[in-house]
Amino acid sequence: MNVTPSCALEVKGLSVSYASHRAVEEVSVCFRRHRVAAIIGPSGCGKSTLLRSLNRMHDFDPTVKVSGQVVFENQDLYGREIHPPTVRKRIGMVFQKPNPFPKSIYKNISWGPWINHMRGDMDQRVESCLRKAALWDEVKHRLHQSALSLSGGQQQRLCIARALAMNPDVILMDEPCSALDPRSTACIEDLIADLREKYTILVVTHNMQQAKRISDDVLFMYEGRLVEFGPTTQIFSQPRVAQTQAYIQGKFG
Amino acid sequence: MKRRWCKDVLFRWVCGAVSMFATALLLVLLVHLCRQGWEYLDSSFLTQFASRRPAQAGIKAGLWGTLWLLALTATMAFPLGVATALYLEEYAPQGRLTRLLEVNIANLAGVPSIIYGLLGLAIFVRLLGLERSLWSGSMTLTLLILPVIIVSAQGAIRSVPRSLREASYALGAQPWHVNLLVVFPAALPGILTGVILALSRAIGETAPLVIVGAVGYMRFVPTSPSDDFTALPLQIYDWASRPQVEFHQVAASGILVLLSILLMFNLTAVWIRHRLQRYPS
Repeated sequence: MNVTPSCALEVKGLSVSYASHRAVEEVSVCFRRHRVAAIIGPSGCGKSTLLRSLNRMHDFDPTVKVSGQVVFENQDLYGREIHPPTVRKRIGMVFQKPNPFPKSIYKNISWGPWINHMRGDMDQRVESCLRKAALWDEVKHRLHQSALSLSGGQQQRLCIARALAMNPDVILMDEPCSALDPRSTACIEDLIADLREKYTILVVTHNMQQAKRISDDVLFMYEGRLVEFGPTTQIFSQPRVAQTQAYIQGKFG
Repeated sequence: MKRRWCKDVLFRWVCGAVSMFATALLLVLLVHLCRQGWEYLDSSFLTQFASRRPAQAGIKAGLWGTLWLLALTATMAFPLGVATALYLEEYAPQGRLTRLLEVNIANLAGVPSIIYGLLGLAIFVRLLGLERSLWSGSMTLTLLILPVIIVSAQGAIRSVPRSLREASYALGAQPWHVNLLVVFPAALPGILTGVILALSRAIGETAPLVIVGAVGYMRFVPTSPSDDFTALPLQIYDWASRPQVEFHQVAASGILVLLSILLMFNLTAVWIRHRLQRYPS
């Protein structure tokens, strides 16, 4: 049963540069299907920039230049025939700060499927997404109240449910717990563990303990470069690169 | 130490006195208007037309003219202003041309209204052959308030957080989904506040309407946008320029009506802004 899963996302020689500097340099890595990969590294090392280039979220900033390839289902996402909104439908994203729409809880979930004309029973979709995001029991009696009335942790779970509603293959999470208290953080971490069965998850995190708890693979970045990528147990017990070891031991960063 | 403290107190008193002065002036004006205008201000004042006899003079034609103008101006200025603002904020390339355009629009907001009147006369009345109609009047007012609406709508659109746009793009939305279904609704309270304040400027405009041919004395209510029209400020001006003292009192009543409409508009704007604060996006 223990077949090595193939790549859900394969990054080949990816570089991202802003107007003044290069944020990501020549990163190549294979993110395995149905695994949780944590991207760690000190602030400003290009973690978020790398993550956002995987579903073309840099398209809106004309000063950002991306080169290299991101291969998803045998296609380069930066290829000429690719339609960026289609990419983002398959590769969802959860942001650092919860950003629900100023609409009802129900509409937050149904908005994505609605604008993309997805078929099926919407009530059912909303319920199943909220259940997957472990939020259903807390909000089932007030689906039509404003999403802004929820607590920060609930809002972030709503954002995860919103991403799930598009039925993506990959979910990118950009420090999803950094704005949350410990209890909500634990809740989101449990959720990530559950979601792994159906989705490939990439999490950027500042918190090394969190990376250790939730991930199968760890990617350590430093100053825009990939320093080390490997299974979490190996990275934390016997890192191959001295820099990685120094970082996990808290010597810098 | 003591001297600095003195300066502080002095400055506070100067600021207080100046603001008191402004408020007091306004109060004196209001009291004066009420005393003058009270006599003729009753329900028949709103339902009667202008007349040669002060006791029978009413503001019906002016009131309806102003309401027509407001409705037509709002219907034209709102979509034009919002679409321009959306274009400038969301689509226009961030270049020198766009900046030039924005600076020009901001400057247009400061052009004297009589210039707009002349423009309206040349284009709408003469060139388009709309004559001295509500069309000409409202189109001229639309031009007049458009810069104000555009600038305030741009501000409202700019204040929609980036995170909302990102959230929608991450769900596979196209730019038009994001602009029409997310950014526009989130900016709407701010846009409406700007529109209402711009309209309340339009209510008081007299000069451009005189130039495009609004009449001062009218004994019917316009029934279509191509009819002749008058407006509250014109009617007031007409009364105030008559020699009889009684008509000056009638003018004061007209001003009170105009002021109450303005007050209603501004209260609506405050209410909308209040709602905006209750649902921060």
